[in-house]
Amino acid sequence: MIELYKKIENGERLTKDEGVKLLKEGDFLKLGELANLIRFRKHPNKTVTFILDTNINYTNVCYVGCSFCAFYRNKDDKDAYTLTIEELKEKIEEAEKNGVETALIQGGLNTELPYSYYLDMVKELSKSSVHVHAFSPPEIDLMSKISKKSIKEVLIDLKNAGLTTIPGGGAEILSERVRKRISPKKIDTARWLEIMEEAHNLGIKTTATMMFGHIETDEDIIEHLCNVRKLQDRTNGFRAFIAWDFKKENNELGKRVDRVTSGIDYLKIVAISRIMLDNFDNIQASWASQGKDVGEVALHFGANDMGSMLIEENVMRQAGFRAESTVEEISNIIRKSGFEPALRTTDYKIVKYL
Amino acid sequence: MGLDAIEEKIKYGEPIDIKDAKEILSSFDLIKIGKIARSVKYKKSDKKVYFVFNKHINYTNLCVSKCKFCAFYRNGEEDDAYTMEIDDIIEEIAKMPKGIREVHIVGGLHPNKPFSYYVDMVSSIKKHFKDINVKAFTAVEIDYFSKLEGLSYEETLKTLKDAGLDSMPGGGAEVFSERVRKKLYPNKIPYEKWAEVHKIAHSLKIPTNATLLFGHIETDDEIIDHLFKLRKIQEETPGFLCFIPLSFHPSNTPLEKTIEKVDAVKELKVLALSRIILDNFPHIKAYWVMLSPKIGQIGLHFGADDIDGTIGQERVTHAAGAKSPLGLAKDNMVGMIKNAGFIPVERDALYNEIRVY
Repeated sequence: MIELYKKIENGERLTKDEGVKLLKEGDFLKLGELANLIRFRKHPNKTVTFILDTNINYTNVCYVGCSFCAFYRNKDDKDAYTLTIEELKEKIEEAEKNGVETALIQGGLNTELPYSYYLDMVKELSKSSVHVHAFSPPEIDLMSKISKKSIKEVLIDLKNAGLTTIPGGGAEILSERVRKRISPKKIDTARWLEIMEEAHNLGIKTTATMMFGHIETDEDIIEHLCNVRKLQDRTNGFRAFIAWDFKKENNELGKRVDRVTSGIDYLKIVAISRIMLDNFDNIQASWASQGKDVGEVALHFGANDMGSMLIEENVMRQAGFRAESTVEEISNIIRKSGFEPALRTTDYKIVKYL
Repeated sequence: MGLDAIEEKIKYGEPIDIKDAKEILSSFDLIKIGKIARSVKYKKSDKKVYFVFNKHINYTNLCVSKCKFCAFYRNGEEDDAYTMEIDDIIEEIAKMPKGIREVHIVGGLHPNKPFSYYVDMVSSIKKHFKDINVKAFTAVEIDYFSKLEGLSYEETLKTLKDAGLDSMPGGGAEVFSERVRKKLYPNKIPYEKWAEVHKIAHSLKIPTNATLLFGHIETDDEIIDHLFKLRKIQEETPGFLCFIPLSFHPSNTPLEKTIEKVDAVKELKVLALSRIILDNFPHIKAYWVMLSPKIGQIGLHFGADDIDGTIGQERVTHAAGAKSPLGLAKDNMVGMIKNAGFIPVERDALYNEIRVY
């Protein structure tokens, strides 16, 4: 272990096997110390950023029915919905009034929506001052199927409509062993990475996410990190990495999972991500994932960003998880932790220091 | 002197001074503070983390003290004012599954129960459950009982010990600062009396605990002073088993509008600092009821070697808006400790090992 720690201190890249060993046997505080060391090498000052954003989920109709999801509905369900472009415009106007920086726009995979719906959405919503951060890879894949265009062509159309960044959702765990069991109908690892690569090649920046704490093993987690690290080597298009722990209420997978992700599990993942992802600038600590207390501590485990404000959040809420906060509260947490809060853009540029 | 120099001092078993303590509390380097505190913990209890299968009993919420930070007390006319009779208490304990090792008893300062009520409480529990350790009454209650009958502290404690009192909790210490006491709990005994009760208890071979209530209006200097005072009592009259830092929960108290609940990083720092200063205390507790189970578990890496117990029906902190569960199952305790990378050890009230998991 000592050799492994030395290697990290020297800034050397860890192999997959070393990552697994670190996750299995690494000392909790040592992981924090090393992750912090790397964080301060990349970001020498104590600034911790976050973004004022809102989530817009344009539809909850989704045919893939992932076992971990409490949000999706069949199109005939009573509470199934799809927002019209007009309704979406109202939402973005409201966000604009609230001074929101970015709208994270994602939805279910609703096969009945025409290709034009997505392009119109981007075109219309991009007219506002709110940055449109839309469509995770599974949605892009669906657009390619319904339009019978290639991924590249779809991305070019979206880009021409005004899209400049896309979120990193739908990654879950980028290991086929896990995906086949929890989301067999969702795009596979190779496809997820391919879409991200095409986007990066077109100058569209993205993030990478991971949802852990269900049936995955330590090996699966490290495989996930190595997969995104490898692509980042080629494209440098990932802006940030964000890990979430699985929420088990109201979904099929929850019944199959007995374990509960602890604060310690979460902090280890934040630290390991910082250590493994040596080519990522930003690692998020989500205060909404494990609560504000653990989120605050995570800033000492290698994270340099507190994610978003989530003015409207629907997906986790369906899974029995509600988190609300204010700019003041998040700034306070960051200050109390010893860091300096700043609001940022989706592109990780500072809007203002608080 | 930086944290490295403090770490060096501790490595060679030198005590730290007030300046070092200030350095620790004001330091940015949370992880380093944790590592120092954990190294002290490792010397005391290696990788073990203790828990106890216990039951909390808060026998009344009537209280003549009316402290400003308290959400638990009632005056008597309220709908939710209550006082448990001895039979109620016996019944509550009898409801617990087999294997319970300790009852932790604290209550308000009841306006008119006689001293015999408290003596009977202890002797009745002992009569019905001879294997259960009765850990009862804070120094504040002992002081109050002594006044009821015009007894000295020593006579009061002896009577209770003869009735079966095994050990005492560490509550009522709050912060040993006269400035804070006058503002928040003027009717509560000052430091000198709290210390006297514990010293006499120790001399009567009644082991006790000690606490600190922080995160309200106290300063860092007052926290540090409190810890050094406890260290001195333990030096002079050893008998403390465990120290428990308690973070203040402002909801439903008159302070709720002016004070925010203390943040997690401060909680971890105070926990670590107490492990470092109180090097003559065998154990430091990360009390999950106050800290939340999540921060309590993280606290095990910040010097704590005890996570209290299963508890069942804690009332005082929950009256002040604590969001932690009312009780945790034994399996949960074991799982939490293992998940943190430590060895769970079920203990009795006196830290005798019952079972290593």
